[in-house]
Amino acid sequence: MFKLPDGFTRHVGVLLMMAVLSACGQGGDEKAEAAAVTPPVASPWQSGYEDIGRTAKPAEVAAWDIDVRPDFTGLPAGSGSVEQGEEIWLARCAACHGDFGDSNKFFSPLALGNVTPQDIESGHVAALNDPTRVRTTLMKVATVSTLWDYIDRAMPWNAPKSLSTDDVYSLVAYLLSLDYIVDEDFVLSNENIAEVQARLPNRNGMTQDHGLWKIDGEPDVHNTACMTDCESSVEVASSIPSFARNAHGNLRDQMRSFGPFQGVNTSEEQGEKMMLASEDKAPAAPKAGLAASAPMDLLTSNGCLGCHQVDNKLVGPAFTAVAKKYADREDAVAYLSQKIRQGGSGVWGGATMPPMAQLSEGKADEIASWLAQ
Amino acid sequence: MSGKSDKMGTSEKEFLAQAYTPSPTVPERPGSFGQLRKAPESFLEKSTIEAVSQSGVDENRRRLLRTSFTTALAGMLGAGLSARAAAAEGDPDILTLPPWSKSLGNAVATNPYGQPSKYEANIVRRQSPGLTQTAQASVSFSPLQGMFGMITASGLHFERHHQGWVDVDPRRHRLMINGLVSKPMVFTMDDLMRLPSVSRIHFIECGANTGMEWGNAAVPTVQYTHGMLSCSEFTGVPLSLLLEHAGYDKARGKYVLAEGADGSSMTRTIDIERALDDVIVAYGMNGEMLRPENGYPLRLVVPGVQGVSSVKWLRRLEVGDKPYATKDEAIHYVDLMPDGQSRQYTSIQEAKSVITSPSGGQRLMTKGYYNVTGLAWSGRGTVKRVDVSFDGGRNWYTANLEGAVLPKALTRFNIGWVWDGKPAILQSRVVDSTGYVQPLKRQLKEVRGTRSVYHNNAIQSWRVMESGEVENVQIA
Repeated sequence: MFKLPDGFTRHVGVLLMMAVLSACGQGGDEKAEAAAVTPPVASPWQSGYEDIGRTAKPAEVAAWDIDVRPDFTGLPAGSGSVEQGEEIWLARCAACHGDFGDSNKFFSPLALGNVTPQDIESGHVAALNDPTRVRTTLMKVATVSTLWDYIDRAMPWNAPKSLSTDDVYSLVAYLLSLDYIVDEDFVLSNENIAEVQARLPNRNGMTQDHGLWKIDGEPDVHNTACMTDCESSVEVASSIPSFARNAHGNLRDQMRSFGPFQGVNTSEEQGEKMMLASEDKAPAAPKAGLAASAPMDLLTSNGCLGCHQVDNKLVGPAFTAVAKKYADREDAVAYLSQKIRQGGSGVWGGATMPPMAQLSEGKADEIASWLAQ
Repeated sequence: MSGKSDKMGTSEKEFLAQAYTPSPTVPERPGSFGQLRKAPESFLEKSTIEAVSQSGVDENRRRLLRTSFTTALAGMLGAGLSARAAAAEGDPDILTLPPWSKSLGNAVATNPYGQPSKYEANIVRRQSPGLTQTAQASVSFSPLQGMFGMITASGLHFERHHQGWVDVDPRRHRLMINGLVSKPMVFTMDDLMRLPSVSRIHFIECGANTGMEWGNAAVPTVQYTHGMLSCSEFTGVPLSLLLEHAGYDKARGKYVLAEGADGSSMTRTIDIERALDDVIVAYGMNGEMLRPENGYPLRLVVPGVQGVSSVKWLRRLEVGDKPYATKDEAIHYVDLMPDGQSRQYTSIQEAKSVITSPSGGQRLMTKGYYNVTGLAWSGRGTVKRVDVSFDGGRNWYTANLEGAVLPKALTRFNIGWVWDGKPAILQSRVVDSTGYVQPLKRQLKEVRGTRSVYHNNAIQSWRVMESGEVENVQIA
């Protein structure tokens, strides 16, 4: 900025600066100061938008207002038996949740038999105090309306909102029967659902007595902003074990390839294989290309890593195990590529690998080549 | 091979010889060159080096080695042999002009929608392997280790979907307001975008962020420990305006149910005080429309509250007199306490901070000065102060807060540090505008145990080892 000649009043100086600034297309503090000279004028049109939007028609509200509250407000009339529920369950739910709602293959188990008659009596599920127990839906849920509402709005997984009202009653009845909350000949309806609520094992297991609901709630954990000599001893209690260093893939390829904090190479062997798979690529991006983010990205974006890890068996075999098994097979790339695209079961156990049909042959080949090498 | 290597006239044999020359784990700064380079063997995998040593170079390995040399070349020129050879004259990256200085660049609008440089391919969202069994009910984490400032690039905003993401046709999208209102209403996107709008910068953090770390150090980098966190400028209509517009029942209306238009039709209960405060029915994000993964064309933004309440693909708001106990507030997003009771409707994200660089999985390349940087935020207000410790919490130093310090927004902090090459443990600790101090892990565990999954806002510890490698640790 330039210096004002002596004798200029502040006002004139500002005007002069404005002229200079507008000439070179700049703004800044001076402009704000100028604005203060000319008082702002409020828009007279602070309202007037009352006619925007329209009244919802009753049929429209009925079509979308599907929520069911704990007091059963919103619950449509209907009924369904455990027996009918089992039939629908086996056809539409069991593939993901298992015949008895106990599968953890795709989702956390819904029912596992961790609920006791004493829990049904007390309304507190005792097994929630046992850290070794898997926490199932029926152990946790305190409101039967939640089951009804969720199945109705979001299930089945791949075809939400395709169940009839009576289907939903049947499925809730079947699910509850899996932990003996209702008998196997039970018929659930809007008339008797409140009685089921009174038997829900964890119905008394929720508390709203905490400070995290309201913005001015009282915190339950308190620290102080000590600045010097705050700890008498500092002991590391936990770190990532060395065998798990590479469980999230090579960290070198997850950091910027320049700058002061580059990534640690956590997988030398894996790094070599990736490089082979991408060696024909233009060497334009040094480490990114090396990273063969190609296979890793494919594995990630296609959900492969949900079931497979590099070194460990998860739902499916470890990638290293697949590589080893087909190391000597001449048509390994073609075979693996086809298996990836078509899916299968039986080679590595009972778990089914879904077809990865969304992958083009080229992409499947890319993964297969990486595996084969 | 690049043109540069041809000019150097260096044979493959010489490269091989160089590649086998061991160098210290922490290389010294090479001469007067400004940029520190990694030793060239970093580009050759150990197993390859061993294999070549044992059995010579066959054609397949030769190709592999050539590839690595080509890619390693830039690094090699700055250090080691070639550095020594060229040291007398200067930095080859200065003395030999690169191709981009000697060619015509690309045309405007070559990429009508701009993309990051190909050299930034490592800075992307990632899943945590094994965390979820399906990729539709899952999470992708923001790469906090590579991000700057307070705004998250829209393409790097973390994802949390409950039944996959959808790309909703904005011309067919509607927002309905019903329940305890004098007039149930329907709005099109045209309507909503005509209404008075606000633009505000807020963080969104998943309630389960850092949830894998309750019991022990479980995941290696800040992307996985803290990456269910993003911050954007959101533009939209204040929810309070829409509720007034529909004539909500001021006597009986205590809660608002928000519902999505996707397959899961996610629902969450918002208490009326929050709803009337600073909640936005948002369509804009960082200057453009929301991304499909983030709720295009309409989402709720509930500042300071765990991300699950910021319902995406928002289709309906219902005013009611009781909470709704939906799936994500009765089965999930409930915090199991040591006494077996679950806290329901835990919403507020209390003050939290984390050092993003240096952080787990990174390596300090030499002793000396580093800018230590990180993020701090509070769901109850603004960041007042951030302190950083380099000795595991014994002593603390106050960091600089950068740029705008806004309510319920990420705040960037920086602090200088000279590493003496000895082991160190880095931590950050935020104090927010309510005076709340971010807790130690053990203080949190004393009250809440280790099984509550949600709302882990403990102080994070990164251990720097003598090798310069940084790892995720927890302090007793």
